Amino acid sequence: MTSRRDEQVGQLKFRDPAQARRLTEALAERFAALNRSELWIMHVCGSHEQAIARFGLRAVLPAGLRVVMGPGCPVCVTDMPEVDEAVVLARQGVHIATFGDMLRVPGTVCSLADAQAEGARVHVVYGAVEAVDLARCTAGEVVFFATGFETTAVATAAVLRGALPANFSVLSAHKYVPPAMEIVARVPGTRVAGFLAAGHAATITGWGIFEPFAARHGLPVVVAGFEPLDILAGLVRLIELIGAGEATVANMYPRCVTREGNRAAQAQLWEVFRTTGGQWRGIADIPDGNLRLREAYADVDARRRFTIDLASLSDTPMPALAKDCICGRIMTGLATPVECALFGRECLPETPIGACMVSSEGTCRIWHHYGGGPA
Amino acid sequence: MCLGVPGKVISIDGMVATVDFWGVWKPVRLDVVDVDVRPGDYVLNHVGFAIRRIPPEEIGETLALFEAILEQAPAGDLLAAEVRHDMGRPEDDEADR
Repeated sequence: MTSRRDEQVGQLKFRDPAQARRLTEALAERFAALNRSELWIMHVCGSHEQAIARFGLRAVLPAGLRVVMGPGCPVCVTDMPEVDEAVVLARQGVHIATFGDMLRVPGTVCSLADAQAEGARVHVVYGAVEAVDLARCTAGEVVFFATGFETTAVATAAVLRGALPANFSVLSAHKYVPPAMEIVARVPGTRVAGFLAAGHAATITGWGIFEPFAARHGLPVVVAGFEPLDILAGLVRLIELIGAGEATVANMYPRCVTREGNRAAQAQLWEVFRTTGGQWRGIADIPDGNLRLREAYADVDARRRFTIDLASLSDTPMPALAKDCICGRIMTGLATPVECALFGRECLPETPIGACMVSSEGTCRIWHHYGGGPA
Repeated sequence: MCLGVPGKVISIDGMVATVDFWGVWKPVRLDVVDVDVRPGDYVLNHVGFAIRRIPPEEIGETLALFEAILEQAPAGDLLAAEVRHDMGRPEDDEADR
């Protein structure tokens, strides 16, 4: 009888307006004490961007404090050739099971939704468990096109360690965030002075993983949760660290994140996956930024099980408009969606040109949905 | 897909819990959570898996952190006492410099 009420009370504590006002004032005070006209903070999580937009937090930030989103949307950073691999498999008659956000992400020549319209069998699933269920009641081969960061990869790993139907395999496009932070921290032209790290990824990896990063780049990192108070408090702490010149890590999400993280989950993740280099769409080739199945899981690796000939896609040209897409600059914090000539014009949620407009975790889609942010 | 949603465990059958998310009951796998989970516990759920049991006392710990921020002297003391503590450096050292 009390469960829903208890939870709502628990949740609402982190949305308390009076507390939010006090934190906003604290933020303004700390920022004023820095005596800087402009300061850039980067977060690396679509859920942070959603919360910032949804709760209108940019409107209460002190003038000059810019919070930009980095490469924190797994759909957005999935590279076109990875989508192409899924499209080729779908056109070969394989059932593709994937997250709903992946359907309209453009590949080199088309998206999975386009392939579906041509007659390919593409299914939306909530996760790897559902993909396995689909395989159990399907006669043909089912490939789970697996995207998402370490948190999602842990779920894929757990499923692969269990009993599987013989017609199930995985096309891994999973990505690992810490190496991508290394790249964006030193991207030419960046003015990012500190990072807000994603609380849920850190739930798995632990906050300790950011300590070498902070020291190496001289940038403080604060792990923050996803309620408005979590984000405001995270920003206050980050500005304190910047003001003190401390390139250290602070954990403002202790209700979920520990220094060591979830070791059981880490063990499963690294038993199934290894890191490898590869392109993140629009950003760079990121050493150790991709997660691929280990040799022991070759039997369920779609790249081993099938011949995926990307050359079979090569005659159809890419839409010309995509050349004007600045998703790469947006995902490295160098530009905001409103600086893109396509944003809200040719590039819309119904007809996305760049991946950032496709996913509910993409900056462009979020800004479009919530009315954008200050230019 | 990266959304993490807290919910309350209603019942457990083997490695699968039934979890209440604001009135919606969903099955959640318990394979990757690193501690024992029991009915009544809150868990953080991600794509069908519990990735963390959220102890109620740690919610209080987070709120206490926020209070600590708000109670600090706003000017001239940018480094929180707690951060100093985290770095293993007592406040006295700070004054010596």
